[in-house]
Amino acid sequence: MRKETGLGWCRSTLVILAVTAIPAVGRTQNLQDMMADESQWIMPSKTYDAHRYSTLDELTPGNVDQLQVVWTFSTGLKAGHEAAPLVVNGTMYIVTPWPNMLYALDVADGSLKWQYDPKTMRASKGVACCDVVNRGAAYYDGKIYFNTLDNHAVAVDAETGKEVWKTKLGSINKGETITMAPLVVKGKVLVGNSGGELGVRGKLSALDARTGEVVWQAYSTGPDKDVLIGDDFKPFYEKDQGTDLGVTTWPPEHWKIGGGSVWGWISYDPKLDLIYYGTSNPGPWNHTQRMGDNKWSLTIFARDPDTGMAKWAYQIEEHDLFDYDAVNENVLATIPIDGEPRDVLIRPERNGHMYVIDRATGEVLSATPYEHITVSKGVDLKTGKLLKVKEKEPKSGRITRDICPAAPGAKDWQPSAFSPRTGLLYVPHQHLCMDMKPMETGYISGTPFVGAEVSMYAGPGGYRGEFMAWDPVEKRKVWAIREDYPVWSGTVVTAGGLAFYGTMDRWFKAVDIETGKVVWKFRTGSGIVGQPITYRGPDGRQYVAVMAGVGGWPGALVAAHLDPKVPFGALGFVGAVSDLPEDTAPGGMLYVFALPKGAGQ
Amino acid sequence: MNPLLRAALALAVLAVPGPVMAADDISALRVCADPNNLPFSNEAGEGFENAIARLLAEDMAIPLEYEWWPQERGFLRKTLKAGKCDVVMGLPAHYEMAETTQPYYRSSYVFVYRTESGLDLSSLEDPRLRTLRIGVTLIGDDGVNTPPAHALGDLGIADNVTGYMVYGDSEDPERQAEIVKAVADGRLDTAVIWGPTAGYFAARSKTPLTVRPVADVAAFRPLEFEFSIAMGVRPGDDRLRDALNAALDRNAGRIAAILKDYGVPLGDDGDTSKEVRK
Repeated sequence: MRKETGLGWCRSTLVILAVTAIPAVGRTQNLQDMMADESQWIMPSKTYDAHRYSTLDELTPGNVDQLQVVWTFSTGLKAGHEAAPLVVNGTMYIVTPWPNMLYALDVADGSLKWQYDPKTMRASKGVACCDVVNRGAAYYDGKIYFNTLDNHAVAVDAETGKEVWKTKLGSINKGETITMAPLVVKGKVLVGNSGGELGVRGKLSALDARTGEVVWQAYSTGPDKDVLIGDDFKPFYEKDQGTDLGVTTWPPEHWKIGGGSVWGWISYDPKLDLIYYGTSNPGPWNHTQRMGDNKWSLTIFARDPDTGMAKWAYQIEEHDLFDYDAVNENVLATIPIDGEPRDVLIRPERNGHMYVIDRATGEVLSATPYEHITVSKGVDLKTGKLLKVKEKEPKSGRITRDICPAAPGAKDWQPSAFSPRTGLLYVPHQHLCMDMKPMETGYISGTPFVGAEVSMYAGPGGYRGEFMAWDPVEKRKVWAIREDYPVWSGTVVTAGGLAFYGTMDRWFKAVDIETGKVVWKFRTGSGIVGQPITYRGPDGRQYVAVMAGVGGWPGALVAAHLDPKVPFGALGFVGAVSDLPEDTAPGGMLYVFALPKGAGQ
Repeated sequence: MNPLLRAALALAVLAVPGPVMAADDISALRVCADPNNLPFSNEAGEGFENAIARLLAEDMAIPLEYEWWPQERGFLRKTLKAGKCDVVMGLPAHYEMAETTQPYYRSSYVFVYRTESGLDLSSLEDPRLRTLRIGVTLIGDDGVNTPPAHALGDLGIADNVTGYMVYGDSEDPERQAEIVKAVADGRLDTAVIWGPTAGYFAARSKTPLTVRPVADVAAFRPLEFEFSIAMGVRPGDDRLRDALNAALDRNAGRIAAILKDYGVPLGDDGDTSKEVRK
């Protein structure tokens, strides 16, 4: 009863609250207030603008070396732990990889309050392309929302752990899975699908947060009515303008299994009232069987969260050749462009360019290489087109060498963080190239074929990952920390002048963001591919939390015991990190850190 | 029970009067297989790989045990390499991730078309393929697909091509049948798919279908359209491999009969023993 009243109130007033910031009353807490409250971390990105920035400043480069473990929690699972913990009203929530358990832990001492088992189908494990990961949950109005590998969105009562609703959004028997973290905007839970390689048609669904009913669904391929493109659609570039491009940029009917799945991040700008997200690669066709732009794969969409209708779209790259899913985070910031403050969206793209895009119009203001790139030569800002290097186009049966970045891109899903204080973006990413060549034979479902051997290796300089600070105004790298392995963890940046990230060889690191020097590191039990967070605990101290547990696409070598002698396992990633088993074993563990009592006061 | 299966089983039982040779240290034939992937295998034992495994187990006088797992990405890693079984049927000979036995059959990609259409297709370079409605199976890993999908793409034939995921719909008991059904009911003029799949479902089609191997493939090298198929064991499991090779030798004729019953189009004029003796 109490909950019902609260829900109704919240739904009708949320928009007004977001704009006018009326303080929360009663039990229903306003999301904007909760985002600003440093004792809460209610979504993986912390805030709608995806800054992953905390104003907490108790921890500094001067005292962080005293950081110590306060409590831990083992998940007992071996797959990659990519999720960000949530902290809501004194409880920490974590979602595990398959079987997607949701644990509620008392932030004060780590005691287990309850656990919720969504009973994710075992068969979904066989369907997921790249380890059975989950990227986290989101809180809204007394409920924790998350997705399961077997295509369910779930709402669980944050206090009791009881299931409120569970909605099936796809079917594993057709290759579909869900790995992304949902975002709740204006009472709607936004959920996208995974499985572009398996003939899935990409889509984003909006569910009523109270009931789990689907309010709208926007497909990434097909006719405008399916993509939710209408009269209000104003793409900036001519190349993205036209009718039913999701049909006409494919050979007939090929869009029906055209990929463009939505497995990455969503941001929200309350002022423009637009959500932003990107779509995955076009699949499962070999590229010669899908001549054309293959819209709307590799595309950023700006949509109205109420209706799902697209406001603009920008296809990052036409006719993908290298699996450069455009699902990375869209960091919303206001930065000076030619002296004028401009509301932009910053994207460290998989293709190695840092895009700065006007988020009202979709105009690309700059696209600057931040990684070693051999397959393209920048972006034509007049046409919006990525300038591809023709010689690098893979031909069946022939070897194509020195493809940089490799298929996981210069940066994959692992989210960066933005500090409004420094104006810099802190980016965990890869430094990998690859060769593609025909292999002897492969087989699947009883069917043999001539496979492709994709071998990935360290880019120039011999290192495979990097954690960097990027200045989006000056369009340059400010500093960079080279890492032996791809940096597959997320990051968080604080007003205290620190950024945290983890490595696959089991280090959790704190960086002085002024100097780019590692000022503290801790050896975790397994490699880190999760997303660190920071929050003020009930005792007023600043805490940092992260899940360790190597896995994901590069870590599948360890998590799934792939054979390091077979270099093309996990889509070629095994060759790039074949030494990983020498540095880490699998195993999920949540770590919570703080300074010793009294040390930070 | 499916009549073909019954026939195959009867044949296996009749032809092997008693244990020919018990391999002392091999206590069971532990096979990992897909529970729903006809014509290869299913949980009811109705696939030809089921029938061949049954034949070999009887010949070796050991029980046949199954571990079921969908044959999707990571299949070998999660089954054979995880120790859940010792044998996987139906691997390409010399497949790198396992140790393979000698091949027990060789088949090829084939054209399937309605017999009454009189299409008589056998070459991917046939100019009619530019306008016919063609179906191919897709794999989708790293942009890798079946050889016909690549060959047609290289020829610029795409607009009239429809793709079917090789995995099909796992809830469909005949998950790979859809593409052949599309040919039978006229949604496609032809499909270019792996022979065993085509042969099995074509034989069950009410509409008469013709299955013909893809010929004249030299122009498409290094794409291959014919594959020798073997069994896989864990690398280093030479004893089991040798025992299986001996059993394959002893049962070459019976295996050929099973394959024939299931409509598997065989390379080398259907004489599998030629391949096996090599």
